[in-house]
Amino acid sequence: MSDNEKNLKFLDSHEWARDDDGVVTVGISNHAQELLGDIVYVELPQIGSSVSQKDGVAIVESVKAASDVYSPLTGEIVEINEKLSDNPEIINSSPYEDGWFFKVKPQNINELDEMLDSDAYKKLSEE
Amino acid sequence: MKATYLNSKHKDLGGFMVDFSGWEMPLHYGSQLNEHNEVRTNVGIFDVSHMAVFDLDGKKQEDFLRFLLPNDIKKINGQNKAMYSPMLNHEGGILDDLIVYYLGNKSFRIVSNCATREKNLSWLSKIAEPFDVGVDFKSDYSILALQGPNSYKFIKSHIEKDISKFSVHNTDDVMIASTGYTGELGYEIICDQEKGIKFWNEFISNDVQPIGLAARDTLRLEAGLNLYGTDMDETNTPYDSNIGWTIDFNDKDRDFIGKNALEEKKDSKKILKGFYTEERGVLRGGAEVIFEGGSGVVTSGTWSPTFKKNIGFCRVDKNCGEIGSAVLRDKKITLKFSNTNFLESLK
Repeated sequence: MSDNEKNLKFLDSHEWARDDDGVVTVGISNHAQELLGDIVYVELPQIGSSVSQKDGVAIVESVKAASDVYSPLTGEIVEINEKLSDNPEIINSSPYEDGWFFKVKPQNINELDEMLDSDAYKKLSEE
Repeated sequence: MKATYLNSKHKDLGGFMVDFSGWEMPLHYGSQLNEHNEVRTNVGIFDVSHMAVFDLDGKKQEDFLRFLLPNDIKKINGQNKAMYSPMLNHEGGILDDLIVYYLGNKSFRIVSNCATREKNLSWLSKIAEPFDVGVDFKSDYSILALQGPNSYKFIKSHIEKDISKFSVHNTDDVMIASTGYTGELGYEIICDQEKGIKFWNEFISNDVQPIGLAARDTLRLEAGLNLYGTDMDETNTPYDSNIGWTIDFNDKDRDFIGKNALEEKKDSKKILKGFYTEERGVLRGGAEVIFEGGSGVVTSGTWSPTFKKNIGFCRVDKNCGEIGSAVLRDKKITLKFSNTNFLESLK
């Protein structure tokens, strides 16, 4: 596990979240991109839209299958990763860095504590 | 789970292994898109030893095959050739699709799909019995497929000359035939495992990219080749599956399984068409397709790595027109109907 992976929080539906001074960046895990295979499309939420915890707010589609991406927190979408529209393969090559999906300004940052830590997620994804 | 004899090789090469009809097979070795592109532009090697090889034995093999299949093996006329055909039940429904190879010395080989292997063995044995033809299921054989525009370069030391499409080269218990499932120049190599592993190692050491089943699916879809169990099954006839051309009525005296039923079903209203769309999102198998005056269903759909758009096959009415539509994630998208061979229709 890489250092940056260790500091992330996870949902059992394979999203990761990282708190950057009160704004939370969300993406999908390395395990998820491996399961999906080559990603060909991404549909991202609108900037400014309100999202609730565990809402499906984005879609990631590989050659094999389409999958919802859930927001780990309630809040407002403040930024999306525009690069993914033309270069969705970034998610495969860099799921935890360049392949992030969107940023949420959460209503309650403590919702992060409800997420799995990297060890618990790792255990779950190895089952 | 069953495994081919190359299972550990796939794992060593980084194969992402999945359950395919009860077989542990490589879906990809890192990137199905790269693998797909490698086969379209260069060369790749597939392990398809999970498919079924049946060798026939007996004097009346040709008579048996002429009765068994709607395509007429007589047309290869004793040449070392291969022939594609569906295999039908008495109602004209498709039991499987297969390739028959003529090995010389009045001997034939059948290669059919993986999921149907046991079913086919009992069907073939039953139909063969009155012809006094034996059906030997070579369940431990190696089947490799070397495919791509540069494939000849890697096979030429094993064959006398550049054998033309559907030719069979059979010597020393190694059969090399210019057949495949990708729409590219290519060769299928059938032999025992000991020789199979030599071929595999030779290709891999010559930097031929191993290709997984995921790219096999996108390659065959672009080339307009049906997948049994997905694009056609026992509820379909060759006429509504875009393979009506395999039914050979030329010899009026020849009886074959499904013949009477097919004569009645010739005017099928259904047809298997290709479709493509420029819109985002992949329309997958099972999705409904709407056209003026009716509706149909997607049988296979994928994102095309070669054409960078969404393609697929759908079973619709013959008079479906040129444009259809479908709903994808609550959004209506427009489809263009086309020939199923996208290598032709989109080039």
